[in-house]
Parts: sequence; structure tokens; C-alpha cells
Amino acid sequence: MEQQELIPHLFRTEYRKITAVLCKLFGISHIEIAEDIASDTFLLASETWGYKGLPENPVAWLYKVASNKAKDYFKRDVLFHQKIAAQISNSFTGTGEIAIDLSDKNIVDSQLQMMFAICHPSIPVNAQIGLSLRILCGFGIEEIADAFLTNKETINKRLFRAKETLRIEKVKIEFPNKQEINKRLEAVLITLYLLFNEGYYSSSQNIPLRQDLCLEAMRLTHLLIQNPSTNEPSINALMALMCFHSSRFEARIDKKGDPVLYQDQDTGLWNQELIAKGMYYLGQASQGNEISKYHLEANIAYWHTVKEDTEEKWEGILQLYNQLLQVEYSPIAALNRTYALSKANGKPEAIIAAEKLKLIDNHLYHSLLGELYTNIDNVKAVMHFKTALKLAKSVADKTIISNKILELSVQSN
Amino acid sequence: MKDFLLVFRNDFASIPKGSPEELQALTKKWMDWVGGITAQNKLTDRGSSLAGGGKVVRPNNVITDGPYTEIKEVVGGYTIVKAETIEEAAELASGCPIFNYGGNVEVREINVM
Repeated sequence: MEQQELIPHLFRTEYRKITAVLCKLFGISHIEIAEDIASDTFLLASETWGYKGLPENPVAWLYKVASNKAKDYFKRDVLFHQKIAAQISNSFTGTGEIAIDLSDKNIVDSQLQMMFAICHPSIPVNAQIGLSLRILCGFGIEEIADAFLTNKETINKRLFRAKETLRIEKVKIEFPNKQEINKRLEAVLITLYLLFNEGYYSSSQNIPLRQDLCLEAMRLTHLLIQNPSTNEPSINALMALMCFHSSRFEARIDKKGDPVLYQDQDTGLWNQELIAKGMYYLGQASQGNEISKYHLEANIAYWHTVKEDTEEKWEGILQLYNQLLQVEYSPIAALNRTYALSKANGKPEAIIAAEKLKLIDNHLYHSLLGELYTNIDNVKAVMHFKTALKLAKSVADKTIISNKILELSVQSN
Repeated sequence: MKDFLLVFRNDFASIPKGSPEELQALTKKWMDWVGGITAQNKLTDRGSSLAGGGKVVRPNNVITDGPYTEIKEVVGGYTIVKAETIEEAAELASGCPIFNYGGNVEVREINVM
């Protein structure tokens, strides 16, 4: 790898490891110090490597420098020394120096424990996602702002407040105990699920960034799967869901960055390897009796990897949505369920069901009604598509809806 | 929104004893009907169906078998739904697959006091 590519690459993979380990060592109150030391390390790397050339083992170099910086900080800052000396007393070596453990095991453990700390119930969910991106994924503030379609100041404020909360709540960087782990794991799962969705459904035009978000969510999920105490069926179900969805990443966005509708996608671009992985994790998820919403969503996502419309497919999807809505109602699930109903039981029944949903402020609701009325009552279909057009916000959505209206008007002439 | 209890009553004798495919189709009708209520975000509790037979306990420790499955209108199950008014709750009950085989649905507001 070329040097100019290597530093950003290492930043992405190593920054978070150094931060997690130092944070774990110093405690959550000193999260900024951990971040500063990690950032300084990379600054020094880009300067030093620039004129001296690459060290033999760049990763080892980074760890060494980060350790030294941490030790220096520790010696220099008396206040810091006093504050945390007590809690890290067992990390001191015989000579009175602190030992910084950057072994693979401690890195993974620290990252997992940080994950639980960040996904603490006291922090609002979108701040959890932001913090995860910063601390666990090593994303820059600008990238996070871009992913959330907002500005740097907003993200900085959001992260600052989240860190304050972690301090005030005295959240510990540790594995929750056995009784608590499932409840806390649920919060972690929600964050990972939303992190993935942020990448998958975001209207940000930055495609590589969106793909990165999805990959990061999968990487963190994988960390939980590899750890025996967190390798629960629901984690595997979430992983399966992510694999199935991301198998269509290449196919669902065209070269210009515009979305390609499912029925227009080139199945040749569907990633078979990810589909196979999804099948594997779905199998792992079926061990045990638990059926979480991730199980149901993963099964629905599985059916979407089968392009061909069969009775079995749509009946399967319909029943999965029937179950999913009972676990957790959401307007989008209600709309998708009604679409599946039209495919399984026919449009007339679906129209009656759709009219009852009354999600009149939702552009997707009117798009669905437009779709259902198409070729049954085209006047109503156009009326609903026009309402959808008024309610839709993104350019991509508006284009799709306009095309539907155009198709219908061509048909009627 | 208030909660309403839907009590399903039917004549056990008239329940279709069809082929597995017919029973499967009937199960699907129930699942789709409940799914429709859930999609409107108006399901409070899916409830349960009740097994046939049972005991009736009366004062002075008189316990008899029953209710007999021969009698019409045995309670066969229940579901709890959310609605603004009893009329709306009754509307939710329409389309219940139980009507296909001679049953009925009793709709009762749940008293919170």
C-alpha cells in the first residue's frame, strides 16, 4: 500500500483501537485525553514517516508511540495522575510506570466494553450512533456530519453532550454482568441496526461513506459474534439481515448515485458471497427458541434475495410482516405488510387494508395507494401519486414518483 | 384510545374439520385478519385461543365438566384491541374469519377503574 493511502487506512483501523484501550485504562471521564493521544500519534506518524520513510512495522510503531505519549502524559499531568492513579493501580509496573496493554485480546475486549459503555441507555440513540462512529469506527467529525446530513457544529455538540452524560452517569467501561447483559445487548443491537440503516437508507450522496457505515456496523456486529458471552441468536439474526441487505449494495444505486428500484435491479450485481454468509448467520440465529425482530427482518430480507415472484415468497413475506408488526409496530412495516398483502392476496383486499392505515402524512403511504390503484382505478392512482409527490422530500423520491405519474398519463392517452 | 376485549364465540361442532390444506387456509385467514389490525397499530394483545372443554366451578365446591362442546356459542378465544369508540372497535371485528363458520364476536370495553 502506498504511503498516502496507508495513513488513512491505519487511521481507520488503528485509531479506534488505541482510543478504546486508553479509554478503558483511564476511565470514561478521560475519553478526550484518549482521543487526543490517539490523534497526536497519527499526527506524529504523518510527519515522521513523511521524511524518514515508513517504519518496518507501522502498526507496532503507532502502538509504541501511543504508549509513550500516554506515559508522558501520565508523568506530566499531576492532576490527572492523582485522579486516575487509584483506579488503574493494577496497571502499574514494578518501576512505577503504567503498562499499556495493546495486545489483540485487550484491544478487542476494550472495544467490546466501549461498545456497551457508548450504548448506555442514558444517551439518546442518535448520539450513541455518533459516538460509535467516532470512538469505535474512527470516523472524522466531518464524515459523521455528512452521514447525518448535518454540520460539524451539530455533531460536535451532540458528541460533547453524550460524553458529559457518560461522565455524569459514571458509566463504567466493563462487561455488564450476566443478569444485565441481555438488556444492555438489546441497546447495543439497536445502535448497530440504526448505524447500518444510516448507511443503507441515508439520502447522503456520498456513496463510499454510506458503504463504509454499513461495513463498520457489520464489523462491530461481528466482534459481538466472536465473543462467546455476547454471541446470542439475535446478534446472528442482525448479522444475517445486514448481509442480505448489503448483498444488493452495488445493484441498488446506479453510476450517477441514483437509487435503482428493486424490480429494476440487475441480479448479476447481487453479491452471492454475502447472501451465502447471510444464510450461514441465519442458521446460527435459529439455535434456540428466541424470535426477535431481527430474526423476522432477516427472514424477510432473505426472501428479497429471491428475485422470482412466487406464491410461497409473498405468502412468506406477508406472514413475517404479520408477526413483525406484533413484535414492534412501525408505519414502514405496516406499509410493507400491505404491499405483501397485495402480492399474496390480491390488490382489492390490499386496497381495503391500505385505506384503513390512514398514514396520510407519509409520502410512502400515498405511493403505495398509487401503486395499488394502478390498473384498477387509474384516476385515483394518479391522485395518490400527486399527493405523494407533494409530500416527498428527497430529489430521488420525487423522480421516482414523477416517473409513475408520467407512465400512467402515457397509458391513458 | 381505549382497550376493548373481543370475545370469540362459536359452535365447536360447526368448525370445519377439513383437510390440512383447508385448516392451513383458515389459519392464514386469522393471521391476516390480526395482521390487518396490527398494521393499523390497534392491537393491544394478540390474546389466545382456548382449548375445548374445561370445568365450571359453582358455589359450594360444585365442579362440573363443561362448558359442553355441544352447546352453541362457546368462548373459543380472545384478543384485545385499541380504539377510540366502541363503534370503531366493532368495525375492527368485522372481517373476522369466525363469521365464515357461524361464530360471532362480542365487543366489550375494558373498564380501567
